[in-house]
Amino acid sequence: MNKDNLEITELTEAFDDVDFPRLERSLRHPRTLISAGLSIAIGVATVLACIPLFSVLYMLIIRGGKKLSTELFTQLPPTAFEAGGGFGNAIVGTLVMVSIAAAIAIPVGVMTAIFLAEFGPQSKTASIARFCAKTLTGLPSILAGVFAYAAVVLATGSYSAPAGGVALALLMLPTVILTAEEAMRMVPVKMKEAAIGMGCTPTQVAWKIVLPTAMPGILTGVMLAVARAAGETAPLLFTALFSNYWFFEDGQSQLMEPTASLAVFIYNFSGMPFENQIEMAWAASLVLVLLVLAINVTGQLISSRTKTR
Amino acid sequence: MNHTLPSESEFGGEASISAPPSKFDVFADRGFRSATAMFAWLTVALVFLIVYEVGGSAMPAIQKHGVGFLTTQTWDLQSEQFGVLPEIWGTLYSSFLALIIGGFFGISIAIFLTQDFLPRKIEWAFKNIVELLAAIPSVVYGLWGIFVVIPMLRPTATWLHENLGWIPFFGTSLSGPGMLPAALVLAIMILPTVSAISRDSLNNVPNRLKEAAVGLGATRWEAIFGVILPTASKGIFGALVLGFGRALGETMALAMLVGNSNQMSISLFSPGNTLAALLANHFPEAGKDEEPVLMYAALVLLAITLLVNICGAFVLKRASRRTAGSH
Repeated sequence: MNKDNLEITELTEAFDDVDFPRLERSLRHPRTLISAGLSIAIGVATVLACIPLFSVLYMLIIRGGKKLSTELFTQLPPTAFEAGGGFGNAIVGTLVMVSIAAAIAIPVGVMTAIFLAEFGPQSKTASIARFCAKTLTGLPSILAGVFAYAAVVLATGSYSAPAGGVALALLMLPTVILTAEEAMRMVPVKMKEAAIGMGCTPTQVAWKIVLPTAMPGILTGVMLAVARAAGETAPLLFTALFSNYWFFEDGQSQLMEPTASLAVFIYNFSGMPFENQIEMAWAASLVLVLLVLAINVTGQLISSRTKTR
Repeated sequence: MNHTLPSESEFGGEASISAPPSKFDVFADRGFRSATAMFAWLTVALVFLIVYEVGGSAMPAIQKHGVGFLTTQTWDLQSEQFGVLPEIWGTLYSSFLALIIGGFFGISIAIFLTQDFLPRKIEWAFKNIVELLAAIPSVVYGLWGIFVVIPMLRPTATWLHENLGWIPFFGTSLSGPGMLPAALVLAIMILPTVSAISRDSLNNVPNRLKEAAVGLGATRWEAIFGVILPTASKGIFGALVLGFGRALGETMALAMLVGNSNQMSISLFSPGNTLAALLANHFPEAGKDEEPVLMYAALVLLAITLLVNICGAFVLKRASRRTAGSH
């Protein structure tokens, strides 16, 4: 007891030596002022950076929204002086090409990711493949188009939807690989060990434990990749070109013919001197942005729903 | 307390839950494992295939025009004179401008959203708004740039040119499309990349460092400038390099906004061209003569972007290795 009291008095004596006012900082002190000023400046900078997004959305709703009608989805693009019209064929074309791209990129990407996450995460092959996937993330989209032109259009002799699909698949692939690998690495090791303990082969572990558990994460990555591919324009300019006709004409698909897409529609119509065409470009932009956002939000929902579980 | 053991027949005669893999399982396992390894190699092969295809198609032009292609300024189909110096200049200049603007805002946002300036919920909202910027397709940014950014910039640009025209940056007037509107839109497009990667590296700074600095009496910003930013600097530098790589390869916004003019100028308002925009504008209508030349330009773009992206990935890898050890 006595000893404790002694310590307390020592402490209070020590406190007396501290110059408390010097520990507080006056608000008028230059250092505090600079700090406060910078805090305000950085807040303003952040808010400023958000303005473009709202400006884009505002313009899309104002200029694209008033044009929105059902005929946009059911009619073909208008010619030079024609009024009305729509971009139904461009929506179909976009969906077809994104589906082709997904059909190529998802199997290849997920298989690669299984190897990277499960079978040889430390191997030389894995580190080289991972590096290549990261390099592909930075591949300019127009170069994916140039590649698909050289590899598919020149080989088949025609601009076509599959050529566009190959270009888009090349852009989707790295996203699918990297996010799927990340998702598979999150699978608890204990689950895998339990399966191995039951006598599962590594393949069975991958198929029955890792893939189902990582599925939400993989799907999120796939959604992100699909959303990106749906908005890509540059690689389609000279792989799928554009078409003023329906993808399904006379009961059969024009698979090996030039194919329309929403993104190229916007690009072509934005440069036209006619008011109607420019309004159509805005309406198509609104539809494209809504499509991309819908896919993105779906992906976010899948991942957030599984996190809470 | 009513445990009933499963009967033997349910396990195919043997009374054990687990069983060693059958011959078929072992066979399937080996097959599947080598299949996934093959797909991994396919990804690697793809990179080489891209270089091979583009390089192979460009070969005739490389042999014909050689290195002079990179240092001359004309683009004339009739006389078969081709040079991409203005495009290389435009690509680097527009990306550099975009990097200055986008980098400043990107890093500011990253600091603002990681250093506890805001309640968690608002932080989360801002983070998502900035990420939404990445979801807008670049062709939509192009359209927005034509109808919003250019008209908005024009009065200021005209005033600057008339009053401060002697400064080389304002040397020409902004007639329509030009370097500055293109670079502004480009900056918006690389902003999410820069801020997301910088945010990661700022989040990786150990909290103890900041606490120590504040404990020594540093203000919030003295801690940020003196301790946090230097610690995260490698990661932020990597973010900037990757953002620069993104800007170099960006096509549509530039094809629509930069003006497609084959000239070199330091003026912010003069039209110019970039390698990607050149490809976008000429490739769809290219004839047999022009095609190899465009492939050559594509190869130049491929070389530049691969170099920058590999540098960025390398810097980031080294940065994460260092912070990983300090936790």
